[in-house]
Amino acid sequence: MTACLVKAVGIAAPGLAGWAAARPVLAGESPYALVADTAYAPALLPPNERRRATNSVKLAFRAAEDAVTSSGADARQLASVFSSSDADMAVLHRICEALAQTPRVISPTDFHNSVHNAASGYWSIGVGSMAPTTTVSAYDASFTAGLIEAIALARDRAADVLLVVYDATAPQLLAEKRPLAVTAGVALIVAPDTPSAPGRLALELDGTGESPCANPALETLRGGNPALRALPLLELIAARRAGTVTLRGTGALHVTLRYAP
Amino acid sequence: MNPLAIVSYTVTSAVGRGRAAHLAALRAERTGLAPRNFADAELATWIGAVAGLESVKLPTELTAFDCRNNRLAELALGTDGFLDDVAAARARYGARRIGVFIGTSTSGVRQTEIAYRERGGAESLPDWFDYRTTQNTYSIADFTRARLGLEGVAAAVSAACASSAKVFASAARAIESGFCDAAVVGGVDTLCLTTLYGFNSLQLVSNEICRPADPGRKGLSIGEAGGFALLTPDPEAGVAACLGCGESSDAHHMSQPRPDGAGAVLAMRAALGRLDPARVSYINLHGTATPANDASEDAAVSSLFGTATPCSSTKRWTGHTLGAAGIVEAAVCLLAVEHGFMPRSLNTREKDPALRADVLMAARAAPVDYALSNSFGFGGTNCSVLLGPAP
Repeated sequence: MTACLVKAVGIAAPGLAGWAAARPVLAGESPYALVADTAYAPALLPPNERRRATNSVKLAFRAAEDAVTSSGADARQLASVFSSSDADMAVLHRICEALAQTPRVISPTDFHNSVHNAASGYWSIGVGSMAPTTTVSAYDASFTAGLIEAIALARDRAADVLLVVYDATAPQLLAEKRPLAVTAGVALIVAPDTPSAPGRLALELDGTGESPCANPALETLRGGNPALRALPLLELIAARRAGTVTLRGTGALHVTLRYAP
Repeated sequence: MNPLAIVSYTVTSAVGRGRAAHLAALRAERTGLAPRNFADAELATWIGAVAGLESVKLPTELTAFDCRNNRLAELALGTDGFLDDVAAARARYGARRIGVFIGTSTSGVRQTEIAYRERGGAESLPDWFDYRTTQNTYSIADFTRARLGLEGVAAAVSAACASSAKVFASAARAIESGFCDAAVVGGVDTLCLTTLYGFNSLQLVSNEICRPADPGRKGLSIGEAGGFALLTPDPEAGVAACLGCGESSDAHHMSQPRPDGAGAVLAMRAALGRLDPARVSYINLHGTATPANDASEDAAVSSLFGTATPCSSTKRWTGHTLGAAGIVEAAVCLLAVEHGFMPRSLNTREKDPALRADVLMAARAAPVDYALSNSFGFGGTNCSVLLGPAP
């Protein structure tokens, strides 16, 4: 068993625009409703980078800024873990289209945005953080893989860590091969474990099966994006309710998450 | 961090297949780079291609993973007895208790490039194109995990050209945190049009062979490679040891290093931990042969180590293998430790007088107690790994 403390949550998903608005929905206090999204521009990204950043990067910022703002954490001091199955399929599409043409001309901005760690790079530039940041991928298990990395990093540094898990839907051609129902990002700020402190999350690699959302209206979302595999956990956190959920891990692993508010 | 024993390691690049081929090529100063094109690319450059990938066959149950990147993984895993060493570890620790952390920057993107080309005017990509098992970043880690019969924690680490240095840090943390008892780390990246034309769009690809630290340098030569290492906390088990990892961010620019090298200094210092920098015998530089990288890394190395620590980039042998560079150059450091040998900065006709660090203009035979490997990537991500002999 390895544990951490969850100090803040951020979310950007259809009908769940920010933790303050999403919390009562996830807690079952108000119904889930798909409302029109509000405009968003990353507050922490300088104008030059904001111009170059892709929608996928902005998605990661939206979830991350939500968690950082609500916690009052100093983003410069936070080490970070970014986890995404597919990072940026819009950039991938543009590059592969360009490479199929004659002559082949790739945009240099597309190329530097094509790296899986683009969001992590923009984040460290945006907040001016020289702290370690890493970027992982584990297809549909990207939330659990990111959480494992974040817990280990928080423990290693004895300091808070920002975890950002995000994936954006693909352009049509790729969407047929990698269908994601929704664009979504989830962020957590995790701290090293302190027994009996509030918000303790214990992780064990011994589970079986996979927990559905308590609210059936959220089930489509959960299956529609790797970041939203976290929803059953976020429901517990939102309701400030002690409980256990199981998420799929990599290989044959199923990860048991035990939360105590 | 607590030292990790390196039980087994292997590397395959344009230089050849396995540790012995690499040691021989390093000693003979024989490059794997050649002035040719990859696929139907039309670029005047040198590349480091691995021979024989066309005929590599994946095991029947894993044919869905078939693509250039996973073929290179298959070739590398089958070298230097690595499969047997992992099988022995699996028997000892159990399949669920060995983690898998694999670095890559482009995974199986070559497969997607082919699918887009073959599509022509059609409205769908070809039926044969399997996104999850080839293009997806995790494909290389999932293939490695499945090929080795492992069922524990796994992830692809994809932080551009620092990817397969950072896997050592991820594995060390996962073991310390009890998520696994041992780990397979590695990195695989293969030639593709995305990186060739992409670096070309940034005017970073040299039209002649790359010349790290040379005032006449014109940029990088791109290569492909795969390498793996098996790590355990059991000090008795190793042929060598991973003694420290350091990670940092430049917080400067997406595709340019910080000119003062301050981010690289943070990573190197964290990798050294309490070790006196003067104890480091050899530094394998990131050394891509772009002027910006050479200047930034030189500033970093000379500010932390002074100007007397021998260092060199070995990208003139392998090319810049991008997401695989970390594991390839860790393997070079392990060969240096094991054989008391420091490779020179090959093809550097004269050392750029602006560089202050002790760039090796000739190979040196001397004991290597501690070797440091630097890897830096787009996004301003830095990682250094400290390697040494088994205790």
